[in-house]
Amino acid sequence: MTPRPHSVSAITRYLEELLEVEFTFLQVGELAASLAALAAEDREFLLGWTRRIASTNIQIAYQFALRAIKLLDHTDRRMIEAWALHAMDTYDRAGLSAGMGIIREEANFAHHSHAWSAGVVFEEVSGIMLNFVHGLSGRRLKLEQGEAAYTDSETLFLPAVIARMQTAKDNFTLCKAMVAMMWAQTRFGSFRVQLPQLLDTYEDSERALKCFQALETLRLQARIAEELPGLHREMQKISMQLGETLPPDWQAFARQLERSDATVEDSLGLLTAAYAGMTLPSLCYQGELHPEAVAARMATRIAKEKMLLRVKLAQLAQEVQKHRNATSEDQAAKFGLAEKPENESGLTAPELTLDGALIAPPEDVRQLITSIQLDLGEIPPEYLVAAGPGEYDPSLYEEKPADPDAVWQGTYHEEGATLYPEWDYGRQHYRKNWCVMREKDVTPVHDGFRAATLDKYSGLLKHLRKTFEAMRDENRLLKRQSYGDNVDIDALVEALADARDGSEMSDRLFMRMHRSERNIAVMFMVDMSGSTRGWINDAERESLLLLCETLETLGDRYAIYGFSGTTRKRCELFRIKRFDEPYCEEVQDRISGIRPQEYTRMGFAIRHLTSLLKGVEARTRLLITLSDGKPDDYNDNYRTRYGIEDTRKALQEAQRSGIHPFCITLDEKARDYLPHLYGAVNYTVVDEVGKLPFKVADIYRRLTS
Amino acid sequence: MEAHTLAPEEHFIRKEPYYEPVGQEIGIFEAAYRNRLPVLLKGPTGCGKTRFMEYMAWRLKRPLITVSCHDDLTASDLVGRFLVKGGETVWVDGPLARAVRAGGICYLDEIVEARKDTMVVIHPLADDRRALPMEKLGTLLEADDDFCLAISYNPGYQSVLKDLKQSTRQRFVALEFSYPAAELERKIVSTESGVAPDIAEKLVKFAQMTRNLKGSGLEEGASTRLLVHAAKLIASHIDPVMACRSAIAQALTDDEEMLAAVQELSSSLF
Repeated sequence: MTPRPHSVSAITRYLEELLEVEFTFLQVGELAASLAALAAEDREFLLGWTRRIASTNIQIAYQFALRAIKLLDHTDRRMIEAWALHAMDTYDRAGLSAGMGIIREEANFAHHSHAWSAGVVFEEVSGIMLNFVHGLSGRRLKLEQGEAAYTDSETLFLPAVIARMQTAKDNFTLCKAMVAMMWAQTRFGSFRVQLPQLLDTYEDSERALKCFQALETLRLQARIAEELPGLHREMQKISMQLGETLPPDWQAFARQLERSDATVEDSLGLLTAAYAGMTLPSLCYQGELHPEAVAARMATRIAKEKMLLRVKLAQLAQEVQKHRNATSEDQAAKFGLAEKPENESGLTAPELTLDGALIAPPEDVRQLITSIQLDLGEIPPEYLVAAGPGEYDPSLYEEKPADPDAVWQGTYHEEGATLYPEWDYGRQHYRKNWCVMREKDVTPVHDGFRAATLDKYSGLLKHLRKTFEAMRDENRLLKRQSYGDNVDIDALVEALADARDGSEMSDRLFMRMHRSERNIAVMFMVDMSGSTRGWINDAERESLLLLCETLETLGDRYAIYGFSGTTRKRCELFRIKRFDEPYCEEVQDRISGIRPQEYTRMGFAIRHLTSLLKGVEARTRLLITLSDGKPDDYNDNYRTRYGIEDTRKALQEAQRSGIHPFCITLDEKARDYLPHLYGAVNYTVVDEVGKLPFKVADIYRRLTS
Repeated sequence: MEAHTLAPEEHFIRKEPYYEPVGQEIGIFEAAYRNRLPVLLKGPTGCGKTRFMEYMAWRLKRPLITVSCHDDLTASDLVGRFLVKGGETVWVDGPLARAVRAGGICYLDEIVEARKDTMVVIHPLADDRRALPMEKLGTLLEADDDFCLAISYNPGYQSVLKDLKQSTRQRFVALEFSYPAAELERKIVSTESGVAPDIAEKLVKFAQMTRNLKGSGLEEGASTRLLVHAAKLIASHIDPVMACRSAIAQALTDDEEMLAAVQELSSSLF
């Protein structure tokens, strides 16, 4: 990186350029002066981050620089970084005003500045916390960053930074306690009451909510003490450190709620008394309650799960019926529940019975039952009636992937898509959930393409088959080995004869079975951008077909996906052949159906295909890109260095997970950028489109032999 | 005490191994044995398959010959091979041939790990022929009436490449094993290790938590065997959280984040 300026005038010029003062009219004079007064290291740090943020948004960068300068001397660098990244993420997600909000609220971030160095950052602990909460029993909860610690009963939200305690260790404990408390809310039925309606009966519903939460915290704390005594001890410790004590009237409440059979109703019963009291304790790990969010989430979930369970039960009944050879077909199967005293995790999980006999439900049904039980406290009998045919609209429960094209007919949304991050080199950080990726099928075209191609290249194909067959490695017995499973008697006899004879005895006396193991999985990532229109597309299709034909003789596992996209909101991967799909007519017709689409956004494709490749067990994994040009996208800076750097990052990620990327390109200018992306040797430029079909299989052979 | 050297077929189990039946596996095994049917034990690692075999060998009073299969195990490792002794070749029986001759119980542990050709060798033994062809000797070894073949496999984690072939699996009487129910597992842990029941109960709860994590980062949850290990450490006055870390968490995963999460779970419990 080039050294940054240090004199006031140089800094001014630097900032003017960075913040595009010509158009934005931002005042940088004062800022430059105070930056010049800083120690060189601090200045570097601030200017570096300002530049990184400026690549996202200039206004945010300017505000950041103004504010960060005051924070520098008493704040840990890590926290300033977290603050800046949080602002940029927010900007990505929710736009300028939200991003600016984060920057302006530096006071919030700075609130406990002395403890900042000890704060836990969501990003750093989310992985641990998610596994932690999955380990506890109950519904499979999700974890996300939010503005405060609260749950909507399916997702736990945690703030970006938790920094209330003095040391990092205590902050981590606090974070864990918050997670456990939210888990306990879902696990021990805090949401089984109609909270919004109940609170409305109080004059000050906000205070009522707070009282309710405090009561529930006391109740759940006792539950946690029972279930997770180790955590409870830690919770008490941090609470004590903060000097939190319960007022006398609340201590009385606590005693009542400590009983192991206390429910949310008991908390409600005490609410009036608590509301009337003067005091309102607040424990550090209690987080917040958002009853509306919970109610909305629960309303949809309860209806959906009832339907799902009944449909699943109907399927289950059908299966069992089949096994029993259907003696009493007219009689509907009757499901019931057998109460099991107490299961491993202390959650009373009823066991499912069918016509009085215990049956083992599949995992998804078991999770449904758990989830319903958490919401309602029991499984109501009407839930156990298997759905009759046609009772529910199959489209409501059938989990068929939404038609990727239908999404574009309605409003913009990201439902059913996979989100991938993208590397922003200016920011030197990922843009989270940036690319909205969908897999689509290529529409097969039945036009006799295969026959025509095979005919056209019959000579080449014969040659290819022969060379590929030679590569095939078969089981064979290796004789006269220095070690092996068995004695090679012929060699032994010879050696003994040699020994008698006085000559030297060979030590190659064994034989060994050589196993064929071409354990290779290869993913072909085919450029389907608009620029391939015409004969490039033809050459691509022919090459792929020839490749498939030859790969079949080799027995390597392979998959073919096409990629294209328009902006980050519409990144599409086209399935041509999956790994588990045989090379059948359908696949041939899909190859024939490959048509140029739109642009060449590459990062998401590499990331997604990498994850698919990782799912295949093979000793060698290859990702081969067939392309005709640089990464590019519509009206976006993807065609600039940004796209190159993102692609490079994605390839690095692939390499880190043990995948070898390789690129075959038709772009004659590729030598300018491909070495930077794939490394000096991992690409080939085919300079004539017509040669592509001749080359691709050959390149593959060289790569893998 | 000196270590004993035993020929495989002399490996009689003289002391009753501790075994808690989970279902009717003992009765089924005995019936299969009486009818000379081979047995397949399915189940995750550390749930008691090997212990069950030891127990059955003790009950039936037959020697137990265990072969742990690995991916370089060949047919001749099982059947036998020629060795050279003083300028002559001598045939030496492999463990399977020994068991067939002696009428013992041959237990091939984790059979899918072995090479494909190994699997075919056991086919004639596993159906009504009950004979082991010794290809290299050109002879056919008929099994003693007391001989019994048992194999085990873990359907959970092996790759698709290593699935048990239909032609193999359809020769066996299958017994399914899984982790014992909480109450029983608690009893096993405390009996095996001598820890107090409340510690055993917490360990079982902890195991349940790690089993909840299966599929979201852990390949397998903590097995009963790991619980017993941890319990033994605790019984030797190791701090419970530390014992869980060494005996369970570290054994389950190398992933830093997962380790930390498992660690948090155990420290929450104790």
